Amino acid sequence: MVSLAATFGRGAMTNHWRDIRHADLILINGANPAEAHPVGFRWLMRAKLDRGAKIIHTDPRFTRTSAVADMHVRIRTGTDIAYFGGLINYVLENDLYHREYVEYATNAGFVVDQGYEFQDGMFNGFDEEAQAYDPTAWTYQTEGEDGIAVVDIDHPRSVLNLMREHYRRYTPEMVERITGIPQDQFLEVARLVGEMGQPDKVMTIVYAVGLTHHTTGVQLIRSGALLQLLLGNMGRPGGGMNAERGHANIQGNTDHAISWEILPGYLRIPAPGQRNLDDYVDQSASKRSHPNSLNFFGDNYRNFMVSLLKTWWGDTATADNEYAFDYVPKPATNSSWISIFDQALQGRMEGVMLSGMTATSIGPDSNQVLQALTNLTWLCVMDPFETTSSEFWRAPGINPAEVQTEVFMLPATHWIEKDGSFTNSGRWAQWKEAVLPPDGEARHDQWILAELFERVRELYRQEGGSFPDPVLDLLMEYADPLRPDLDEIAQEVNGRNLTTGERLASFGDLADDGTTTAGDWIYTGHYPEEGNLTKRRDGVQDPEANDPTGMGFYPNWAWSWPANRRILYNRASADPQGRPWDPERPGIAWDDAQGLWVGDVPDYPPDVEPGPDAPLPFIMTGEGTGRLFTNSVADGPFPEHYEPIESPVQNPLHPEVSATPAAFRYDERAGRPNRFGTVDEFPYVATSYRLTEHEHYVTQHVEKLVQLQPEAFVEIPAALAREKDIETGDLVRVSSMRGKLEVRAVVTKRLGPLQIDGQTVYQIGIPIHWGFVGIRTGQHWLANALTPFVGDASSRTPEFKAFLVNLEKM
Amino acid sequence: MAQITAGQAYGFFTDTSVCIGCKACEVACKEWNELPGNEPAFGDGYDNTGSLDSQNWRHVQFIDNVPDETSSTGQGKAWLMMSDVCKHCQHASCMDVCPTGAIIRTEFDSVFIQPDVCNGCRNCIAACPYNVIAQDEHKGVAQKCTLCYDRLQGGMEPACSKACPTESIQFGPVEELQQAARQRVTDLHEQGVTQARLYGEDSSIYGGLNAFFLLMDEPEAYNLPNQANAVLPQRNNLGGYLGALGTAVLAVFGGLIALRRRREPVADGPAGAPDDAPAEAAPETGAGED
Repeated sequence: MVSLAATFGRGAMTNHWRDIRHADLILINGANPAEAHPVGFRWLMRAKLDRGAKIIHTDPRFTRTSAVADMHVRIRTGTDIAYFGGLINYVLENDLYHREYVEYATNAGFVVDQGYEFQDGMFNGFDEEAQAYDPTAWTYQTEGEDGIAVVDIDHPRSVLNLMREHYRRYTPEMVERITGIPQDQFLEVARLVGEMGQPDKVMTIVYAVGLTHHTTGVQLIRSGALLQLLLGNMGRPGGGMNAERGHANIQGNTDHAISWEILPGYLRIPAPGQRNLDDYVDQSASKRSHPNSLNFFGDNYRNFMVSLLKTWWGDTATADNEYAFDYVPKPATNSSWISIFDQALQGRMEGVMLSGMTATSIGPDSNQVLQALTNLTWLCVMDPFETTSSEFWRAPGINPAEVQTEVFMLPATHWIEKDGSFTNSGRWAQWKEAVLPPDGEARHDQWILAELFERVRELYRQEGGSFPDPVLDLLMEYADPLRPDLDEIAQEVNGRNLTTGERLASFGDLADDGTTTAGDWIYTGHYPEEGNLTKRRDGVQDPEANDPTGMGFYPNWAWSWPANRRILYNRASADPQGRPWDPERPGIAWDDAQGLWVGDVPDYPPDVEPGPDAPLPFIMTGEGTGRLFTNSVADGPFPEHYEPIESPVQNPLHPEVSATPAAFRYDERAGRPNRFGTVDEFPYVATSYRLTEHEHYVTQHVEKLVQLQPEAFVEIPAALAREKDIETGDLVRVSSMRGKLEVRAVVTKRLGPLQIDGQTVYQIGIPIHWGFVGIRTGQHWLANALTPFVGDASSRTPEFKAFLVNLEKM
Repeated sequence: MAQITAGQAYGFFTDTSVCIGCKACEVACKEWNELPGNEPAFGDGYDNTGSLDSQNWRHVQFIDNVPDETSSTGQGKAWLMMSDVCKHCQHASCMDVCPTGAIIRTEFDSVFIQPDVCNGCRNCIAACPYNVIAQDEHKGVAQKCTLCYDRLQGGMEPACSKACPTESIQFGPVEELQQAARQRVTDLHEQGVTQARLYGEDSSIYGGLNAFFLLMDEPEAYNLPNQANAVLPQRNNLGGYLGALGTAVLAVFGGLIALRRRREPVADGPAGAPDDAPAEAAPETGAGED
């Protein structure tokens, strides 16, 4: 989500599932929606069936998605930046970009300050000691005191010209050398993509964790986003950069700050040294760099933060104490997923609570994670089922007698046993009811946490402690503070006007004077006085009434953040005069008679007339535009191809800087020995993935799904299997520097060999779903035993999708 | 969908060109019909179900023809997926051979095995040209897709089509499905997908299949009998039956002559032969296109 926020202003799928049916061309990269999102996939099929849209699936594997795509392009895993970079180059060199859109809605014309440089694989601003870039080294040339950027698209240092220069190296020949896609096939794709820069054409890019799970993950996504901006496809129905989220409510998790670096609503977590709200807002909020930028997020940052603080600490939060800003933790160190287990490995973690996931299975380098859990004093698992974490002490290879960690298993309710909302990939929050009563002693997660909190509070009350105030003063304004209702929490998230006591209908009403609350400002308006809008179900039972635009927005079906908008950045669906780029597929349009924008809920002031001084279309960025160039990511203002940390080849672009210099190598930094393998010992590329029959690890408890996929296996290219005399069903050992699997082989041509810079590269496929708990407990191999303990520079996301292994027949 | 009414023929149009092999149909079928399923066993990684049987009334076949090239056309050609099911044939040989009358044609024109009438003789299992039917060893009866007879009676479409996310499995009145299928083939041909073809939508396959298919390859690729082979045995053997009838008649005459010569009473044996032939031929008229 870092990537989309850095490029457009918000970290979410820009369109929504149903909207994909409006596309003319669908690029799928790093995703396998037919298997991972079979229900949403219907809309890709509708585009194909109803519009004759073409689907191009570019993936290391020929999957069930490829089977119904028009074209499958086999690519080496982790090289999509070279692919998108090649397309960017093709579009720029052949003048196929949507010029009017690019000039209006992107920062193409912004002039970059002197000092920007890219040479031999390195951007300027790298600190060798910290092994990190200083992103403030990538700025615009400004004029005057107020930080307004110079805009001149013909300037040699304009973003567009620097971009041309940067991607000129990504020729079809270079694309072939890096990705393994033959030039003629690449050009076939490029020709189709090139047509999508016309105003009456639109393309969507659909992606998932196949792009995210790399040390260059943020930039992999950004490279696709740049292409979409150049083609003028952002903000438009049928267009966008569409992240498919991994389970029913992962978008909701992100929105409510499951990531350590944000507070609810994508407000940044305060940093050490910020003494007051002024410091916080100054260092966190985007700043206006164009006179016509609305800078909505930046300008309202303080309103959102104060309303959040008022939600948490109520009357204690006053103007005099900076609304209890002191109460918010200001973490000095990274607390992302791998960091937590790295700290445990280093013996700096006493206990861990796990909810809604199983650390043993989901993290990279499972053997190291198991060691980390062994180092804990206690581990508490809240889950409906036993998991590989609650049972880690009896994992194969671990002697329970030697594990000192005390493990608590708290039976939690399954989602089917509780109400509450799911927020899907398209940002629709949809309320559901409980289907079954809780089983046995199971309690809702929020009840467990609430009671735990009250007990800790009681300890503070009785025994004191250092800085007890944030705990003592926290509001638990529920009918039963030990058993909060999800409906009550939804109202709290929505927020209210403290003067009238009424729930708010819009985040536009949030104030920084302590008169409003909002537990998550992007959800303000989902539960106004009239009721819980996520329960609305005006859908296809009456399309005429429920879909007045005919564009499939169905505004009274559930509720989507922000403000029930269905397509983000939809101001960019119309030209500067307010006319849709494609009248057949309008997002919003300016209606002169009404003096209003009509169509979808505008991502723009609803009554501001188009004109030369009207605000620019991307209201969440300081520029007012989409960002082709940005300093909001940690590893470069433009995406550049780097090899995975473990790769069989040197980067043909700059062999000296083959992998990204900014990746976070945990073992190295903690002083532990390196756990990376080399191509001599581990000659094959591997990539991990899900199968449609299972959902992560939890469905190992579901009989009918275990019948469909009963046993762990790896997929092996037929040519390699012949070399090794392996047939489907044989037992094979796949090993990396970190661990091994001993599982059955599935031999197939769906994973073929690639020619990379003159050498043959084989890719091996590793489905992830098995462990040592579940119905078939013999299946104890953890796929992530193979994967490396390394993270992306910006998001610290692990590199699950590209690593080196060896293969032996057993 | 429109109301489901008794007296109308219903069926499935399974469009394999949009099947994504998700097996939601398999699971939905087992859940609704309370089929416990077989003991989990590794098949080939993607198809671990193996075949239609007493526990699997939908089965997604995977046929891997992926070429070695780095880029290939999908379009349902390279990796064929097809959700197989009972075809609910017009000329249903299972029904023909059922000695107890357990297999009936319902008011929805589907072929249904009444579990309480089935005596577990397995004749239907041998007779089915699609290997759809199998014995539930626990219950001792033959089982197969019921077209969700109980759901239809309750006005609901079958579980598999309800669960199919891509509309690969469509349920409806057979005539409507036939029209939709012919249109779909025309569209695909216009898009250059010339290998698309229908299977069983007309009377050429066992008198017509109420559950018919759009295929992306020859029927043989999906282990389906082609048009030349897809006829009921009795039709192929009509000559044989006539021969048998002739022989029987001759035998009767021969017997009568012999009896007359011996001046003995008429015995049971020779008279039984003529009875047999009509008994075998009768289902052919019985299973006609009514």
